[in-house]
Amino acid sequence: MSGFTPATEIAAAVASGRTSATAVVNDCLARIERLNPLLNAFTTVTAERARAKAAAMDASGTKRGPLVGVPFAVKNLIDVAGLSTLAGSKINRDHPPATADAPLIVRLEEAGAILVGALNMGEYAYDFTGENAHEGPSRNPHDTQRMSGGSSGGSGSAVGGGLVPLALGSDTNGSIRVPASFCGLFGLKPTYGRLTRAGSFPFVSSLDHLGPFARTTADLATAYDAMQGFDAADPACVDRPADPVAGLIGSGIGGLRIGSAGGYFRAGASPEALAALDAVAAALGATETVTIPEAGRARSAAYIITTTEGAALHLQRLRTRPGDFDADVRDRLIAGALVPATAVVQAQKFRRWFREQMLHLFGQYDAILAPATPCVAPLIGQKTFVLDGQEMPVRPNIGIYTQPISFIGLPVVAVPVPTAAGLPIGVQIITAPWREDIALRIAHALEAEGTARAPLPKLKD
Amino acid sequence: MDEAALDALIDAGTPLFGIDVKPEWRAAIRMHLAISFGHAATLLEADLPDHLDPAPVFRA
Repeated sequence: MSGFTPATEIAAAVASGRTSATAVVNDCLARIERLNPLLNAFTTVTAERARAKAAAMDASGTKRGPLVGVPFAVKNLIDVAGLSTLAGSKINRDHPPATADAPLIVRLEEAGAILVGALNMGEYAYDFTGENAHEGPSRNPHDTQRMSGGSSGGSGSAVGGGLVPLALGSDTNGSIRVPASFCGLFGLKPTYGRLTRAGSFPFVSSLDHLGPFARTTADLATAYDAMQGFDAADPACVDRPADPVAGLIGSGIGGLRIGSAGGYFRAGASPEALAALDAVAAALGATETVTIPEAGRARSAAYIITTTEGAALHLQRLRTRPGDFDADVRDRLIAGALVPATAVVQAQKFRRWFREQMLHLFGQYDAILAPATPCVAPLIGQKTFVLDGQEMPVRPNIGIYTQPISFIGLPVVAVPVPTAAGLPIGVQIITAPWREDIALRIAHALEAEGTARAPLPKLKD
Repeated sequence: MDEAALDALIDAGTPLFGIDVKPEWRAAIRMHLAISFGHAATLLEADLPDHLDPAPVFRA
């Protein structure tokens, strides 16, 4: 097995006895040791824990679960027992170690998966770049001079580089979909309230989601299924039955009404982003252009809610330890503290209006396609790029196409599309609330047909 | 956007929040504040019904 063997194939091999959990974990740890110095994806490798878990699994003889023996890693804003939950920051290094694993880790381990470490991320999740002033940037496995994307940059880098087949990230405004796009992966941002966020360091409670990254749709769906289920410890988690999807993703897309977002979602997109969107639309026979009303205003509302909730969350730290922040994050948060409440309340009112408009659209379409990012991965350190003819700051603007969607909590699968330039780019498959199944069926159809796939990086292994 | 007005808001608001702004941070804070006020203006121009409820997370 290589670093790019899908999780479901690893699980089948371990379950059948063709390999052991210990062998899988040792291979994985060796690959992390070789490649992490290049990619800087991991901030902590939990090697001892992983080896102990694998040995116990092998010794018990009970190798069950859809992810048995599968190594995975989590963005370092997710609690890992015994580690301080960094959330990409220097300040949180002073926090006591977490006393328990986050529920999503517990659920993945109940499915047989084995945690191998915690992953680099943008400080306090307020970036789209994957850069980190304290740990250094996580790097794009397809070109290590380029951004992994943020804020779940380490998650994109680790799965994209084949260090692990599965990782967890968080997505407030695009932080799963952006690194999935830049690193060429499948990423799922589920419906707001679907997966528990308990045991994770928050950013913007109104918009925060957790979700998986994988190299195949089967892996993505299997991990997602393992994590579903109500958890009262997260006030936003909705008490509804799990909707398992892994067994359904191959059921085809016949009869689905799929449109492609126009207007706002094409303005500013690079030729690569438009080519990927059009290739996906063509593969699906999606000929209709959908106008999402007031998408720019939705993005503005998400921006305002983010900057103000983020500022409120971090105000005490801005007062007492401003010098310990990443300057790019600190200065945005200070600005956020000064935004008037009138704008915040209006943003939340607009959120209600926009949701109603989108639900109406989903009466006409089962899924809507849109670019995940306006361009392929920029260079690490790049501060500006050109969008729609205007030079704009990179950091706040990579998420222009993801922000309006997470703003109202719609489920999205980001699918990777290789480009002629050698760098991948993602397309969002957006569905109505609670219809992750439809997005995953479409993603699977695109994977089976060949338009979407996670390309292999040219890293020396 | 009026840079002097943004500077005045930074000067007035940050001490009230107990935030000590170093001179070298100001240009970046001003830039981000200008972006936020641009988004705020876009929102405040929206003609929304009076009876539209905001969409917070809390449920009693």
